[in-house]
Amino acid sequence: MGKLEINRVQKSYGQAKVLKEVNISLEEGGFLVLLGPSGCGKSTLLNMIAGLEDISAGEIRIAGETVNDRSPKDRDIAMVFQSYALYPTMTVRQNIEFGMKIRKIPSKERSAAIEAAAEMLQMTDLLDRKPSQLSGGQRQRVAMGRAIVRNPKLFLFDEPLSNLDAKLRVDMRTEIKRLHKRLGTTIVYVTHDQIEAMTLATQVAVMKDGIVQHLGVPQEVYDRPANVYVAKFVGSPAMNIIPGKLVDSEAGATVAFTLPNGKVGRVSGIALSDEARRRYQDKPVLVGIRPEHFTPTKGEGINVGIDVLEPTGPDTLAVFSLGGVEVIARLEPFATAVGEQLCLAVKTDKVVLFDPETENRLN
Amino acid sequence: MSRSIPVKDRIGHFLPKLVLSPSLVFVFVGVYIFIAWTIWISLSSSRMLPKYDFVGLAQYVRLWSTPRWHTAVENLFIFTSLFLIVTILLGLFLAILLDQKVRAEGLLRAIYLYPMALSFIVTGTAWKWILNPSLGIQEVVNNLGWESFAFDWITSPTFAIYCVVIAAVWQSTGFAMAIFLAGLRGIDSSIIKAAQIEGAGLPRIYASIIVPMLRPAFLSVVVLLSYISIKSFDLVLALTNGGPGSSTEMPSTFMFTSTFRRDQMGVGAASAVMMLMTVAAIIVPYLYSELKEGGHEH
Amino acid sequence: MSTDLVSRQCYRLLGRLVIYGGLVVLAAFYLMPLWVMAVTSLKSLDEIYGGSFIDFPKLVTFDAWAKAWGTACIGTVCDGLKPYFLNSILMVVPAVILSTAAGAMNGYILSKWRFRGANIVFGLLLFGCFLPFQVVLLPMAQLLGRLGIAGTIPGLIFVHTVYGITFTTMFFRNYFVTIPDELIKAALIDGAGFFRIFFSIMLPAALPIIVVSCIWQFTQIWNDFLFGVSFTSGEASPITVALNNIVNVTMGRKQYNVDMAAAMIAAMPTLVVYVVAGRYFVRGLTAGSVKG
Repeated sequence: MGKLEINRVQKSYGQAKVLKEVNISLEEGGFLVLLGPSGCGKSTLLNMIAGLEDISAGEIRIAGETVNDRSPKDRDIAMVFQSYALYPTMTVRQNIEFGMKIRKIPSKERSAAIEAAAEMLQMTDLLDRKPSQLSGGQRQRVAMGRAIVRNPKLFLFDEPLSNLDAKLRVDMRTEIKRLHKRLGTTIVYVTHDQIEAMTLATQVAVMKDGIVQHLGVPQEVYDRPANVYVAKFVGSPAMNIIPGKLVDSEAGATVAFTLPNGKVGRVSGIALSDEARRRYQDKPVLVGIRPEHFTPTKGEGINVGIDVLEPTGPDTLAVFSLGGVEVIARLEPFATAVGEQLCLAVKTDKVVLFDPETENRLN
Repeated sequence: MSRSIPVKDRIGHFLPKLVLSPSLVFVFVGVYIFIAWTIWISLSSSRMLPKYDFVGLAQYVRLWSTPRWHTAVENLFIFTSLFLIVTILLGLFLAILLDQKVRAEGLLRAIYLYPMALSFIVTGTAWKWILNPSLGIQEVVNNLGWESFAFDWITSPTFAIYCVVIAAVWQSTGFAMAIFLAGLRGIDSSIIKAAQIEGAGLPRIYASIIVPMLRPAFLSVVVLLSYISIKSFDLVLALTNGGPGSSTEMPSTFMFTSTFRRDQMGVGAASAVMMLMTVAAIIVPYLYSELKEGGHEH
Repeated sequence: MSTDLVSRQCYRLLGRLVIYGGLVVLAAFYLMPLWVMAVTSLKSLDEIYGGSFIDFPKLVTFDAWAKAWGTACIGTVCDGLKPYFLNSILMVVPAVILSTAAGAMNGYILSKWRFRGANIVFGLLLFGCFLPFQVVLLPMAQLLGRLGIAGTIPGLIFVHTVYGITFTTMFFRNYFVTIPDELIKAALIDGAGFFRIFFSIMLPAALPIIVVSCIWQFTQIWNDFLFGVSFTSGEASPITVALNNIVNVTMGRKQYNVDMAAAMIAAMPTLVVYVVAGRYFVRGLTAGSVKG
């Protein structure tokens, strides 16, 4: 088990910079999720932690030791891959045993470790099968078993659930979480699925274009995204980003939106520093409101006309137009009907504001 | 996305190249250095033994003023075009027939393809016997009652080259068929269903949809058959030995006889270089396109 | 309605008839030379000169086979094909093993340990597959002479190995490319090195392509004539050269039955391989057309 430190790490292929100064520190026993779309550099970063790719600049430390120049086998890590990467000609037992054999662990200890891992992952009866005889979920288990027996300082997961179907993905997610609780090993986990990030992580690093956009605990990333990109990437449906204007008001910061009928709607009481209020007074801002932070009200609110309703079961997504963009609100089923006018209140303490130019958060 | 996998250890870093290089050196010497060497000889006055002087293009001038070489080039042209056309048509026909969910497909395929497993020398020997006018096909047909039937191409300077075509087609059709069949099997069957729903008949579907989709297969077949025909040597030697006279001479046999039988090493080298240039003109663009679009996947 | 149905069934039947008719006629065409070779080799010379070449022999005799194998004259030596058959085996076995082993290693490196310029190296190797060998005959003869293995079986083994590597490398490289890189990464993290990964993981997974490569090389080298006739003479010749000599150099009445028996003997090993492992043979054949 160990702490992971990534200090000013860069990666470039010739002229192309794939990673631009990444700084991440993960406490011992932490669960870091690298989240981002394909091509954002998250897998490259993971491969660099594993030692499968060179580090162009900066340093990576595992348990306090710089590992830049160590080969993968000397880093005391284990890795689980998206394609499982099980050796096709070996049985499950041989797959799990392979790394231990190379490390010359006595055969008695090997068998004990295999038995223990198999029991933990409930795959004792699969040990003598070949990977081709296993289902996707079973292969995933074997891949995890192979990592567990190594008892490493650091577990690396590279999109481990992407090849599974939706139902199995949820089950395996729970299993990984349970495993983390039980073993307490530090984990770095790469995914493009924001739900996996939210459910598993103790820390999330949202990445784009080789830059960490936001590093923080999941709830913070969700509630107070560092910029518009993070706001839109995390959460489904995504956070609404509505163009508005900061106007003068007594009750905290107030933003004004243009309604489709030409009138103006206002949301007041947004927390914002005095300095920012002065700077953005009467200037355009981007207003971020999560769909669940709209509620129908009899009192004061914004009047909108509902264009489309999408029932999802537990709740209904209502689509309307505000500030010139399409906005989604998560409402209770049957709260409204298409074509109806609805007055919506906004949970103002959850509203975040962004600069329209830099797209960074203001408050 | 297959990126290099760097290994930190110093030895580890060079190990792959170290292991690769010995065989690579042999192959590169055997291919590229030897090509250069042959070009060099073709620019020298070598006759019986190699002589490393420089006479410019004199050997090429000699080559192109040799009537036997003209026959060889002419024959190559006749042979290649006929061999390609017949083999492709027959191979495609067989592939389409076999693709109709026929019984015993495996057996039939094996029958069409087995000649590819034979040596051209064996093929030549067999066909020489079959085409021989006094005891072969001609005799059989004559005995059946068609007394005037004559099939003595193999002894005729004008027609002997067509005998080579027959034997070569017999040997190579299975190869064309195999590639076309692989191409046909790769076509999404829902396309055929879609066309059937639109009311197209089977011949129509093949002519306007499926055969055009086989373009990559056509390309491969044309390139590989051209290569086979340019280098074909054993078959000619075994079937006609270049004769009657020098009527079935081909560039490959010309090169061999000039070099090893007539002590005209320079001319032989020049003819070999001409062959190489012809092959390169076909193969290099083909390899280039295959490597480029094929990329790393497949 | 019903007549429509009947006519449609008629069409279907007719279509099937055309398909099977075409297939059977062509199958007969492709089988005919083999048949002719077989029956001729089993006839006596008198029957050949007296009867039809396509008929089954009235009296089956293996004399021609015995003669082709043991006593037919090649040049001035009358030992039949036997010594040359042995030559071919002594040449084929090492050449197949060497070229396949080297190709497997090369393919592994070119697909899994890619370095700058690996694709160019591969492209240059591929061109070697299409080399018209006439262009290397002269220098190779010189080199073999200098190495002191001109006109010998080891010389032929060397030549076939060098030019075979181009094909075997292509086979293995294209096969290994389809094995996910993650497998290598997993093995690296497990602590396996370059050779360990090759022998423990890649090679066991490459069994089918090893068979393809061996069969392809076996067929190519066994059937080769150009190198054999260029670099050897007399007693060191491979079987194809000996066969050609038997057929082309005869005095007196031409012994077609011996010629055909000799051709059958020369064809037998590759035919057996084809019958036993045809699937792999076809794979090697079509591999030349889909490179990537």
